[in-house]
Amino acid sequence: MKLPVKVTINGQSYSHEVEPRLLLVHYIREVVGLTGTHVGCDTSQCGACTILMDGQAVKACTLFTVQADGARIMTIEGLAKNGELHPIQMGFWEKHGLQCGFCTPGMIMAAHQLLERYPKPSEEQIRHQLEGNLCRCTGYHNIVKAIQWAADQMAGKK
Amino acid sequence: MAVTEERLFGKAIKRREDPRFITGRGTYVDDVKLPGMTYAAFVRSPHAHARIKSVDATAAKKMPGVVAVYTGQDVQVGGLPCGWMLPGIKVPTRPVLAQGKARYVGEPIAIVIADSAYAAKDAAEAVKVTYEPLKGVSDGKKAHQQGAPQLFDEIAQNECFYWTIGDKAATEAAFTSAATVVRQPLLNQRLIPNAIEPRACVASYSGATGELTLWVTSQNPHVHRLLMAAFVLAIPETKMRVISPDVGGGFGSKIFVYNEEVVCSWASKALGRPVKWTAERRESFLNDAHGRDHVTEAEMAFDRDGKVTGLRVKTHANLGAYLSTFAPLIPSYLYGPLLSGVYKIPAIFCEVWGMLTNTAPVDAYRGAGRPEATYVVERMMDRAADQLKLDPAELRRKNFIPKFTDGAPYQTPVAFAYDSGNYEPVLKRALELAGYEQARRDQAAGRAKGKYLGVGISTYIEACGPAPSAVAGSLGAGAGLWESGQVRVHPSGSVTVFTGSHSHGQGHETTFAQLVADELGIPMEQVEVVHGDTAQIPFGMGTYGSRSACVGGSAIVKCLDKIKEKGRKIAAHLLEANEQDIVFGGGAWSVKGSPDKKKAWGEVALMAYLAHNIPQGMEPGLEATSFYDPVNFTFPFGAHIAVVEVDPDTGAVKILKYVAVDDVGRVINPMIVDGMVHGGIAQGVGQALWEHGVYADDGQLLSGTMMDYAMPKADALPSYVTERTVTPSPHNPLGVKGAGETGTIASTPAIANAVIDALEPFGVTHLDIPLTPQKVWKAVAAAKR
Repeated sequence: MKLPVKVTINGQSYSHEVEPRLLLVHYIREVVGLTGTHVGCDTSQCGACTILMDGQAVKACTLFTVQADGARIMTIEGLAKNGELHPIQMGFWEKHGLQCGFCTPGMIMAAHQLLERYPKPSEEQIRHQLEGNLCRCTGYHNIVKAIQWAADQMAGKK
Repeated sequence: MAVTEERLFGKAIKRREDPRFITGRGTYVDDVKLPGMTYAAFVRSPHAHARIKSVDATAAKKMPGVVAVYTGQDVQVGGLPCGWMLPGIKVPTRPVLAQGKARYVGEPIAIVIADSAYAAKDAAEAVKVTYEPLKGVSDGKKAHQQGAPQLFDEIAQNECFYWTIGDKAATEAAFTSAATVVRQPLLNQRLIPNAIEPRACVASYSGATGELTLWVTSQNPHVHRLLMAAFVLAIPETKMRVISPDVGGGFGSKIFVYNEEVVCSWASKALGRPVKWTAERRESFLNDAHGRDHVTEAEMAFDRDGKVTGLRVKTHANLGAYLSTFAPLIPSYLYGPLLSGVYKIPAIFCEVWGMLTNTAPVDAYRGAGRPEATYVVERMMDRAADQLKLDPAELRRKNFIPKFTDGAPYQTPVAFAYDSGNYEPVLKRALELAGYEQARRDQAAGRAKGKYLGVGISTYIEACGPAPSAVAGSLGAGAGLWESGQVRVHPSGSVTVFTGSHSHGQGHETTFAQLVADELGIPMEQVEVVHGDTAQIPFGMGTYGSRSACVGGSAIVKCLDKIKEKGRKIAAHLLEANEQDIVFGGGAWSVKGSPDKKKAWGEVALMAYLAHNIPQGMEPGLEATSFYDPVNFTFPFGAHIAVVEVDPDTGAVKILKYVAVDDVGRVINPMIVDGMVHGGIAQGVGQALWEHGVYADDGQLLSGTMMDYAMPKADALPSYVTERTVTPSPHNPLGVKGAGETGTIASTPAIANAVIDALEPFGVTHLDIPLTPQKVWKAVAAAKR
């Protein structure tokens, strides 16, 4: 049995018939072909699969595709506009907030929501808000700096 | 082409690999998709130890989308090889799919291949395996006892090897005449690496060319190719190409050749279709090689002045059910020789029993042997300071090896000859940065008010870039320990660097380009770095043991020397000058004393390819290959200090301050080195406080998910204070040492020492890591009773 789904991902509409059990992250990666969203743990602990669904940071490995029917999704590929990096992306580059890069897309999407909630976050707020995302390379030190850098940039732009 | 005078060596240059990663355009193995691709799932043993009575795939084969099911009987290939032999070692055969017996939970029994990953997983559930469960054993020391379950009939008491290093008689004598002896059993718990990218492979065999292409999450693609082609699949290396594209962290776990990539490769040939497998995290826990797992008894002898006179260490190293690729090396030559630490210890004797148990194989994990040794030495120093009523910083200082930076090595009693070292300044600086005196005053004041602060020091040494090949060979290595580099100058003067090192987060595309641009005086944009593809790069050894800069970087420098030498000849010829009068600098060759007479880098490169006017008899072209075999390891060192607060009511530990002063020799890119130090510290803190791969006595893995295996998260860690001193390595052309593992090695004992220091008022002299809230709370509660 397959069910129809319609979603908008990074501004583009997609409609497919999918198995009800197809996980959203597999839909994004395998069906739509956007491989920037990664799978690190299958069980919502690592956060590598974090995307924005209707503005909320969610873990795409624990949602069925059919649950996203009608949703507006943004993945890491949709963050830069007209070839211009988002300040969070620039922050990660500027402050060496990544090493192997595997957790990075999820980390950046989580940071996106974090900065919506706390436009001027303290270090403690950043660390607390990133509790759902694991990084094994950076020890988080420069991820915190990257998000602080992005917050400063975004505050300056307003 | 523009030339640049700016020195790039030592600059914090932003990474050129980042734009693809921050936009979601990296290419990891699981991103590879090929026409006609099939997907594999593995049937794994749920038992730690069981006889396999039968495997019935009839039902599975009938399921929709299923292409094939293969068992150990079908896949007729060699066993997984072990690449390091110790004297008298007994090496069990490790089949790629279990045959006859399963020896650990998660051991692959069969492969199911289907048109989709979901179909393959469904069908794997339908494969019926009949087991006769046997008694299992998961503890390395218990496996050694009489009557313990036997994994292999031919390996008595599960003892795979017994290995010693040092002078037994001298050490006994030191203990006989000691003024004080400090004794402590120490557990260095099992860790599960958990790179955030799970292991994966795509195997694609072409019937047309007879070539197997394997995309695999490997830290060392050539080692994968050699071991798989020569020892397992029995095909010519020329018919196999290994590509390790972007790899999402390794920490050692992606060095080794595993069952899955071998079986997928074999199956791709059998089916004539590409086969992909990507581990679920559950599978990473079960079948990735684990780390550490030592049970140790340590004893340190001191004279009346508080000087160490002897160290005696007995360790049971749990190797798991089979020998992973470099398993025997880790608890032997990467462990015993580190036991001198940064101290003058006249006599050391270390005995190691390598034990087989019903657990996942154990191999190199970030630091590999060196963290285990450093934990012994640094924990014992604190334990001794406590017993001798001395300040732990003072005891360390008293025992430091004096400064040796003139090129003459320091010979330890356990084989290593350290290249250069200057240990006092790092400790002095770390104490300053940590505000040591103030921290001690705060501690004393806090205790009076029921606030429990602890200060922990670790002055560590590391050994990076294992070498040289001839010595490694005599000690049992199945591989050389050199590295390759190839530098190809194009007619326009731009440069492609091919390196045998492999980056899975280390940033080689930046640092090596930086190094080459610096040496040649050309812009970095003119330099490309290629790695991770056996079809493009000369045979190389890959990345592990913090070797990429000191060994891989040196190989590149050797290439540049050859290129500059040939360029000089061409320039001299063009300038009609004597070769000895030509100097290279700022991207041009000029005549000594007449700087206007010069030929730019690009002009010489072009002429090398035009060959219209080069010295007679010279071959055209401008490229060089080098294989650099270091004469020794490099020995970075440093001092880490942690200040923690322990909550006696909950047992929770809060890290208030973490200071790292490291000396990793000369530094190419300080931003990248700092990043590696940060990440290393976090992993070591993870071991000290939370991470523990726990097996039940019978071999069931109890910490098999990220819910049960606690890794450091952002909210549990502080920001770190990092600084460096610079003591160049005297024996490699760059003077670099290695930085990838220092943080992990140093931080575990620093944190453990701090927590135990905080618990001193409760009479606690030692607790085994990880120092979880539960363990700390129990210790406090026991003291209060």
